[in-house]
Amino acid sequence: MTVQFIKELLNARVLAGNEILDREVYTACGSDMMSDVLAHVDDQSVLITGLCNPQVLRTAEMMDIVCVIMVRDKCPDDAMIKMAKDRNICLMTTALPMFTACGLLYSAGLRGGGSHGK
Amino acid sequence: MENSLMTLTYHVSDNDFTRAGEASSDVKNKLKKLGVPPDIVRKVAIAMYEGEINMVIHASGGDITVDITPDKIIMELKDVGPGIKDIEKAMQAGYSTAPDNVRSLGFGAGMGLPNMKKYSDTMEIQTVLGQGTTVTMTVNMPE
Repeated sequence: MTVQFIKELLNARVLAGNEILDREVYTACGSDMMSDVLAHVDDQSVLITGLCNPQVLRTAEMMDIVCVIMVRDKCPDDAMIKMAKDRNICLMTTALPMFTACGLLYSAGLRGGGSHGK
Repeated sequence: MENSLMTLTYHVSDNDFTRAGEASSDVKNKLKKLGVPPDIVRKVAIAMYEGEINMVIHASGGDITVDITPDKIIMELKDVGPGIKDIEKAMQAGYSTAPDNVRSLGFGAGMGLPNMKKYSDTMEIQTVLGQGTTVTMTVNMPE
């Protein structure tokens, strides 16, 4: 699916990365623990998280993650939005809670990375 | 170091969680520019990033040297922190001595050292209680 599709599905607001909404993504990871995200390097291209600090974007950067979705209307500050822009990462925020956001994405065909994703 | 194409050095600041990861980010960009394959770049970036976070959480910062040679990338992370009491336990996934406030920042899940080992081809830890820790990791370039 495309990042644009995710934006519409989750009724999300894009804070950075409008220019990469046409990127295709195939796998995702939902976690507030960044070390757990870093443990599975399976080309996970979407990160769904309730954590809102610069380390979320650092983690996304190290993992080559395309799109970071903040749940429960978490609102990153200007410094974080700039970080996302500088790193060419699409940063969006949705009012949905983590479980619902992940469920909707899974139902629409997005899968977890690696052997856990089947 | 012999055959070194490039040596990079970084100082990791004390307790500055906002800036943790800047060194790893810089290394990632430099390796990309050198044309190192993306999977190798990612392994180096993640291993070093976890190490950098550990230095901030446990050791009041430290110094990192990265040597890039045609065969491998060598990362040496040196701190003068408290040392690691039980390396075997510290290597177990899920074991953590990080304070609770670190968990609220997304780390301290006990995956730091296991992740560093996972993404590097070799990892050596030298630690002396009360004096500090040096972690040396290498990631091999493709044949």
